[in-house]
Amino acid sequence: MSQQQENPVREAISSAIANNEVILFMKGTPEAPACGFSARTVGALQSLGVPFAAVDVLPDPRIRQELTALSRWPTIPQLFARGELIGGCDIVTEMCETGELAEVLGAGASAESPASPAAAAGAPLQIENRL
Amino acid sequence: MPDAADIKLRIEAAIPGARAEVEDWTGGGDHFRATVTAPAFAGLSRIEQHRLVYGVFGGEIGGPIHALSLTTISE
Repeated sequence: MSQQQENPVREAISSAIANNEVILFMKGTPEAPACGFSARTVGALQSLGVPFAAVDVLPDPRIRQELTALSRWPTIPQLFARGELIGGCDIVTEMCETGELAEVLGAGASAESPASPAAAAGAPLQIENRL
Repeated sequence: MPDAADIKLRIEAAIPGARAEVEDWTGGGDHFRATVTAPAFAGLSRIEQHRLVYGVFGGEIGGPIHALSLTTISE
């Protein structure tokens, strides 16, 4: 029980998901994706012009571990919108093609003003806030 | 190390009525692409359909199976 309370990585992930309207957990960064699946997912988001926050899971293996435990989704990337898991590369790509992604992410609508960057100083996650 | 035929059999054995087409995407035995058609997907969201398939492999996804790209079709 005490272990759950002392899980800063999981807490940081939860609050990042809660505080960023659209957030992508990926390998690498949007500028330099470290995996083809992450690259494709970034491409889909960028094609819609949707602002999104991004977290690189590679610097610390616990990020991936805790994210997967939270989301019950085994692979990276993982896209969340308004706190909900949208999917990984396959689902995001498919939804992008059908136009559903634009709908779900509210592309075209003016982006809501973002919450202040979720990563507090010294937080275990490096969030690149692109909102 | 799993191969495409193993993955197909395991999906079809685990999900009632499922038919799976699986290919080894890179030829390296760790990146696979599968199209799965199953009546069990009816009424499930895409996320839940994919979870059902990923669930067949548990911790192997992200481990020995680096990637399993999925297309799920409900019937």
